[in-house]
Amino acid sequence: MTHLIDIAGVRHAYTTAEGPLPVLDGLEMQVPKGGFTAVVGPSGCGKSTLTRLVAGLMRPDEGTVQLHGEKVTGPRATVGMAFQNPVLLEWRTILKNVMLPLEIVSSKMSRAAQEDRARHLLKLVGLEGFEDKRPSELSGGMRQRASLCRSLVHKPEVLILDEPFGALDAFTREDLWQTLLDLKSQEPFTGVLITHDLRESIFLADQVIVMSARPARTQYVMDIPRSGPRTLDDLYTPEAAERLNILRHQIEVAQGRAPAEPAEPRIDPEPTERAVPETLP
Amino acid sequence: MIFRKVGVPFAAMILFLIAWEVLVWANGWPNYRMASPSDLIPAYERYWPLFLEMGWQTLWRTVVGLLLAVIVGTGIGLVMGISRTLRDGLYPLLVGFNAIPKATVVPIVALMFVGAHDFNTVLIAFMISFFPIAVSVSIGLSTLEPEYRDILRALGASQATIFWKIALPKTLPEFFGALKVAVTLAFIGTNLMEIVSPHGRGLGALFDSGKTNSDYPLMFAVLLALAALGILLYYVVVALEKTFAGWAERPSG
Ligand SMILES: Nc1ncnc2c1ncn2[C@@H]1O[C@H](COP(=O)(O)OP(=O)(O)OP(=O)(O)O)[C@@H](O)[C@H]1O
Ligand SMILES: [Mg+2]
Repeated sequence: MTHLIDIAGVRHAYTTAEGPLPVLDGLEMQVPKGGFTAVVGPSGCGKSTLTRLVAGLMRPDEGTVQLHGEKVTGPRATVGMAFQNPVLLEWRTILKNVMLPLEIVSSKMSRAAQEDRARHLLKLVGLEGFEDKRPSELSGGMRQRASLCRSLVHKPEVLILDEPFGALDAFTREDLWQTLLDLKSQEPFTGVLITHDLRESIFLADQVIVMSARPARTQYVMDIPRSGPRTLDDLYTPEAAERLNILRHQIEVAQGRAPAEPAEPRIDPEPTERAVPETLP
Repeated sequence: MIFRKVGVPFAAMILFLIAWEVLVWANGWPNYRMASPSDLIPAYERYWPLFLEMGWQTLWRTVVGLLLAVIVGTGIGLVMGISRTLRDGLYPLLVGFNAIPKATVVPIVALMFVGAHDFNTVLIAFMISFFPIAVSVSIGLSTLEPEYRDILRALGASQATIFWKIALPKTLPEFFGALKVAVTLAFIGTNLMEIVSPHGRGLGALFDSGKTNSDYPLMFAVLLALAALGILLYYVVVALEKTFAGWAERPSG
């Protein structure tokens, strides 16, 4: 089957004053429609670069990035993005901020309809009543909620989240995980989540990809079967502990702080074939 | 609220005038050394129509020079903010141009366009005041965080759309900050020309005639009138800023 997002053999280098800086080298990633993939890896390994490739903001030097089996050659309106910095426009109200993408990709939609759509999303994330506030009047978590609404308002097929909760405190972050899952059940999208938080990755995603240090390749892929509703308690099961252990070890390998050998067969030599830890049910 | 916004500045001004009066009186300075506020009242009474006429001359030429500075300065700032190459190329030129004391440019301009008094004055006001505007607009544009661009670029928005929806509004607070500086600079430019150029008009010329006639209170009266015009224009800019960039003001405790 073709995946919604298919990244194969991607290599990319930035041109810098000191010469080319290879960032990605042999990146593989497949996300099925409706899937939710988390990407973890050492700092500076090229995770944001990966999001820019998927969003069509850049093209890779080598390899292909495909959406729907179609090569990505430039930005497309079917992608939504949110970052660690909520980048809300200070001169707009929250409602107008959320409506921004619609002004660009759905300019034919009536203003009233745009407004309804934005209000609907704001209500979903619990920001009802804050529509007419300015971003500076909201807390960090609320701003990030508004930013999520903006990234989804034009019903993108693909949602790219680059450490969206990285700057939030632990409690707010856990609240927002739930918000994101609620959003996903109401507004189906295919997600790519960049994160530094392993608990976040296994709580939210159905696939976790570990990238190696720069120049990054796909070092490890973990599939997490999903069924039924999730609660934070799921993070405190032996199964979750096992997954976290594996991922933590993989990160250490990526950082060069641990030899690759003890993780035995779970390291995937052929990244297209997943190594699912057999200790798990 | 009203008291703090209007009452406090007025009280400060009156205190300043009283202190000035007391200083002159206590030192027993004659008015050719330092006129006191009470000396100025007769000067205003005597030359009231002249003050209105000359004040208007100065004001409109300053405003026109300032408008030119806004248009040209924004244009240069735009070009420098968008293209790195042009920024690198234009910066030394601009800095060099700005470093030339405008007092030396005044006679050159006066000779270049002999008799075109209004034009010369506007030109100097413009030349002295466009620099901060150009710099602030270019800095505002070039320091725009890439994420701001990316949220629109990822949707396929054109450069023009990104500029109108994000870059321009985001630059407005810096722009108004620079405009406040430009206002006072433009006044300096206008007056330089008015004082230096013969058969001048405007408050600068009135100052000059006070000098030639040794009418010291008149000279001080002109300075005060200039300050008043400067304050007036400054607050016009503040009002514009409130309207167009009021969002940048953080609610303070
Ligand atoms: N536009 C650019 N030009 C040159 N080098 C860049 C550019 N963008 C990123 N880099 C470099 O490429 C490398 C990967 O950057 P990237 O932002 O993709 O990493 P990251 O994994 O997202 O890092 P972090 O975890 O800190 O967010 C870094 O070393 C960075 O300095
Ligand atoms: Mg990053």
